[in-house]
Amino acid sequence: MTDVEHGGTAGRRLGEIARVHREEWARVVATLARRFGDLDLAEDMAAEALATAVERWPVDGVPPSPGGWLTTTAHRKAIDRIRREARREEKHREAMMLSDTPEPLGAGEPLGAIEDDRLRLVFTCCHPVLAMEARVALTLRMVGGLTVPEIARAFLVQETAMGRRITRAKAKIKAARIPYRVPSRADLPARVTGVLAVLYLIFNEGYLASAPEREAVRGDLTAEAIRLTRLVRDLMPADGEVAGLLALMLLTEARRAARLSASGELVTLDEQDRGSWDRALIAEGHALVRSRLASGQAPGRYQILAAINAVHTDARDVRDTDWSQVVALYDQLVRLDPSSIVRLNRAIAVAELDGPEVALAAVDGLPLDGYHAFHATRADLLRRLGRSEESRAAYDRAIGLAGNSAETAYLIRRRGQLAGP
Amino acid sequence: MAQYLMSVLDDTTDSATPEEMSAIGVFNEQLDAEGHWVFAGGLASPSTATVVDARDGQPVFTDGPYLESKEYLGGFWIIEAPEFDVALRLAALASKACNRRVELRPFLGA
Repeated sequence: MTDVEHGGTAGRRLGEIARVHREEWARVVATLARRFGDLDLAEDMAAEALATAVERWPVDGVPPSPGGWLTTTAHRKAIDRIRREARREEKHREAMMLSDTPEPLGAGEPLGAIEDDRLRLVFTCCHPVLAMEARVALTLRMVGGLTVPEIARAFLVQETAMGRRITRAKAKIKAARIPYRVPSRADLPARVTGVLAVLYLIFNEGYLASAPEREAVRGDLTAEAIRLTRLVRDLMPADGEVAGLLALMLLTEARRAARLSASGELVTLDEQDRGSWDRALIAEGHALVRSRLASGQAPGRYQILAAINAVHTDARDVRDTDWSQVVALYDQLVRLDPSSIVRLNRAIAVAELDGPEVALAAVDGLPLDGYHAFHATRADLLRRLGRSEESRAAYDRAIGLAGNSAETAYLIRRRGQLAGP
Repeated sequence: MAQYLMSVLDDTTDSATPEEMSAIGVFNEQLDAEGHWVFAGGLASPSTATVVDARDGQPVFTDGPYLESKEYLGGFWIIEAPEFDVALRLAALASKACNRRVELRPFLGA
């Protein structure tokens, strides 16, 4: 074997490790968390097992069941560590920890309504006694496998602050012995709102990554968010918001292939090749939206967002879009959630219905100066109004704030198309 | 089984109404019947507190609580529960019974 071939094989194996990391991380962490009832231990040992894989697999080859190999390796490492720590403390010398089946937490416990380790991990990370921010951060870390800097960027906070938040949440789960299971049916409605918020954030992170060093669009994350949402829907088929979120994700995911150009630039909705949209996902999303409309119940946030996406995906061409319906749906959403970001998105639809001038008046004054989409929207509206100089300044602000490389490439191209110097 | 401290947060002493007292009584019986009861009690006003410092050998007594605050510990339960979610439900019942906010904290390693 030549060096080149060897390097090629090793490279492929490292690529395989990256793939296994993406696909198996949450399952390995979830399995260990269930066995040991300790999120920190689960995460550390999963990371160590992965480090061992990076050393061994390029030499020994990738094992037939990589996920199983990682879980077994992490499990052995966890037992080794527990033994070491037990030895350090005299009083725990004879602790039951020395057996190979330690810490029965979860073992004899009923599995709850679903037997999915990852979903149980989601419900643990989304326990209502944790602050909402901590729930989201912890889920992205433990289930999504995102790094602390990625999570920090998604929430526009300092890395150190985000690290502390995650550490505190894990410590609380451990010290209070928050159980690692899907809550009982009676607890579900109260817990599911937080779970949906978290799943939506994971989906969004996958649909447009917040950091430049990652791939711009991460199908692994969107797929995982959809998979988990489907599980929640199996659990609560009558909940409108669960159905709404699933529909929203499917209708968004359907457009994923059209969102990046061959050169890796973001393609906005109006310029997308609608022929490459996934018709099966659109059909499933539309069916969910129709079933919610037929229910006659007042829709929540996710159902309205799904309905907006149903209007978009209904149009064969951007010119066929029923903008008055989109604006009407945004009006409904503003009544539920009058946040600046909702009003910004409403203004984008208003631009199509009433023109860029009306939209710009609605956008200006929104307190979103640190948000790249605010400046990108202003830049586009100013461009359409022929105010090139102001538009350029707004593009500069948006480019400075955008985290995603595909989006940055798109903004730079649009800025370059402006008239003038 | 883990033990938890449920602290009753209050800003006045001896303020429980007869209705609250009887609700607390019912709740205590429930705790006992279901095997959660360890100990419970109400505390006299913070003004009755004495801080004792004998770290240097000769004890020094200071009149009054070590923290002056609007709210303080009015009483507490120590309960036993197999897991956190059970303790959380009991804390909710405790808060309802005594009609005050309740802080739930696990004992270290118990």
